[in-house]
Amino acid sequence: MKVIVCIKQVPDTTEVKIDPKTNTLIREGVPSIINPFDTYAIEEGIRLKETYGGTVTVISMGPPQVKESLKEAIAMGADEAYLLSDRAFAGSDTLATSYTLASGIRFLGGADLIICGKQAIDGDTAQVGPGIAEELDIPHITYVKKIRQIDDSRIVVERMVEGGIEVATTMLPALITVVKDINQPRLPSLKGIMRAKRTEIRVLGASDLGVDQTRTGLDGSPTEVIRIFTPEVRAKGEMLDGDVEQQARTLVERLKAARVI
Amino acid sequence: MADIRVIESECVGCEACVDACPFGVVSMSNGIAVIGEGCNMCSACVDACPAGAIVIERNDEPVQKEEKEASGVWVFAEQRGGRIAGVVHELLGEGRKLAEALGQPLAAVLLGSDLSSRVPELAASGADIVYVADHPSLAMFSDDPYADVFARLIREEKPDIVLFGATSTGRSLAPRIAARLKTGLTADCTGLSIDPESKLLLQTRPAFGGNIMATIRCRYTKPQMATVRPKVMKRAAPDARRVAEVRQVRVDVDALRMRVKIDEFIEEAGEVVNLEDADIIVSGGRGLGDPKHFSLIEELARTLGGAVGASRAAVDAGWIPYSHQVGQTGKTVCPKVYIAVGISGAIQHLAGMQSSDIIVAINKNPDAPIFQVATYGIVGDLFQVVPKITEEFRKAMAE
Repeated sequence: MKVIVCIKQVPDTTEVKIDPKTNTLIREGVPSIINPFDTYAIEEGIRLKETYGGTVTVISMGPPQVKESLKEAIAMGADEAYLLSDRAFAGSDTLATSYTLASGIRFLGGADLIICGKQAIDGDTAQVGPGIAEELDIPHITYVKKIRQIDDSRIVVERMVEGGIEVATTMLPALITVVKDINQPRLPSLKGIMRAKRTEIRVLGASDLGVDQTRTGLDGSPTEVIRIFTPEVRAKGEMLDGDVEQQARTLVERLKAARVI
Repeated sequence: MADIRVIESECVGCEACVDACPFGVVSMSNGIAVIGEGCNMCSACVDACPAGAIVIERNDEPVQKEEKEASGVWVFAEQRGGRIAGVVHELLGEGRKLAEALGQPLAAVLLGSDLSSRVPELAASGADIVYVADHPSLAMFSDDPYADVFARLIREEKPDIVLFGATSTGRSLAPRIAARLKTGLTADCTGLSIDPESKLLLQTRPAFGGNIMATIRCRYTKPQMATVRPKVMKRAAPDARRVAEVRQVRVDVDALRMRVKIDEFIEEAGEVVNLEDADIIVSGGRGLGDPKHFSLIEELARTLGGAVGASRAAVDAGWIPYSHQVGQTGKTVCPKVYIAVGISGAIQHLAGMQSSDIIVAINKNPDAPIFQVATYGIVGDLFQVVPKITEEFRKAMAE
C-alpha cells in the first residue's frame, strides 16, 4: 500500500505568549513544529505500513525551513519526504495550496491513501484535505477517528460527527483527515533520527511539478486577507465575593439578569 | 507573478513592520526591512508601514464579464434525519441582512428526501426562495452526491454568496464545492458584512486560536463562499406569515456519484446535548482530581440543560472521551455560558472557548489564567462551590 501524508509546519502556540500591554502575540523565538493533527496522520501512515507493508511518503508546501519538520517525519518512520517550495507558491490560500499539493501527489504517481490532519492550528480552516481530494477527483472522509478495515480496494472508517460516530466505507484511492483520537504518535527512535540526518529532502518547484502558475501562490488564490487585527479585549471580569453560599447566589443572579437561564 | 517588496528608498527603518508581521518573517538589515521566506502576503506589514514602503504587486486580472450577473444570497439548509440544523436559522438571520444590503433575494438550499414540510420554517426564518432537491439518494448526507447537485445548481443559477454552517457536514462539503468551482472559501467566519462601495462580502474570522482576527474578501470569482460558526450569528424571530417561493431542483440520479457509503450512525451513549448545539457548557479539568468527580460536572450540566466539556488534561488522563475535549486539538465552542471548573486556562484551551458570551471560572488558584477571560470568577474549592451552585440553579429554575 502506498500512503502519502500531507503535513504543515506551524508556530508552536504552546510557546506563544500574549503581550499583556498590546494584547498581541509575541512571536519572537517561537519554534516551529509539525501541526499537531498532522503527527496523528504520520503515525497512522506508519502503522498502516507496519501492518500491511508498502511505503509512507510525507509532503509539505512551504519555505526551505520546513525541511526540518519533514526530517522529523522521517525520524518517526516515514520512508521519504518531499518539500514543495517555490517563490511562485508564496501567498497561497487554501484553494491554491490544495492545487499545489495535489500536483505534488500527481508528480509522485498518486497514492492508495492520502492522510491529512483534521486542520492546522494556525489557520484552523480544515479546507485543504477536501480540496486536494476534489482536485485529484477521489473521495474524501473527514474527522476520521479510527480505521476499522482496509484492503487493496476499500477502507472502512469511523468518523466523528455531532452527537456520535458515522461508520463510512469508500473505495481507494481516497483521502482521509484524522483527529487526535485515532492514535498516540510515537517519538522518533535514535535509529530514526540517524536516518533522518542522512536523508536528503528533495525540493520540488513549480517547473518540476509542471503546475499552471495562474493557479498557485497569490495569483491562484481567490481569497485575500485585507486586514489583520487583534480581537477586542474581553472586559475585565467580576470576581465574586463572600462565602460559597453568597458566591453561588450572586452567580445565579447575574446569569438570570443576563437572561441566559 | 504576484510579489511583495520593500521600496528601500522609502523605508524609514522604524521596524513597525517587524512588529506587525504575524508570521515573524520580517527582519531588519542595515536599517532596511527585509521580508523573508515564509511570507504569506497577508498585508499586515503593508498596513503598518507609516512610509508606504511595502507594496504587494498583484496581477489584477480584469473581472470576467459573465453573461449573467451573479445574484442571490444562499444558505445551505443542512439537515439530519429531516431536522434542520440550528445554524441554518442563524445563517438565514444573517443572510437576510446581507441580502437586503445588496438588494438581492435570500434563498435556502435544501437537499434530502421527502422534505417539503420543512419549507415553512425556512421561510419563517427569512428565506424568499427555497430550492428543494428531493430524492431518496440524498436522504443522508454524503459529500459526493451533495457536491454534485449543489455545484451544478450554483453553476446554473449563479448566486453571489453561498453560506454554510461550520459543522462537520459544512466543513466537509463546502471545500469540495469551492475547489470544484475554483472560487474562494473562508472558513469559520464570526463576522460578515457587505462593503458599501464594492458590494463585496467582507468575511472576518479568528486565526491562531482566536488570538488574531483577519478580514478576507474574494474579488475575482463568484460565488463568494463562507462557512460560519454555529451560535455566533443571531437567528431572527420566526415570522410564520412569511411565504417562500419553492423551486424544485432536478436531480439527475444517473450522474450522481456515491463513492462514500455511510453504513451506520452510532449515537454517543448518554448524550443529551451536543457540545456543538449547547447554549450552556460545563467543562471539567485536572482540578477534579479523579474521573469519578466528573459526576459533579454532569450534575450541574444536567441541571442547566447543558453539555459536558473537558480540558485536554482530563481527556489525556482518560477521564472522559475525546469527543468532549474543548480547545485547540479538540472542539471550538461558543455557547451563551461556558462554566470552566478546575481548568487553569492554558492558551490552547482558551483558543477553543474564549468567544463564549459569558465565561464563568471556578478555580482554587486566584492566579489561574482562566480568570483573565472570565466574566465571573469564583476562587474556591470546587468540591464545595459546584454542589452549592448546582443547588442554587436548581432552586432558580424551579421558580
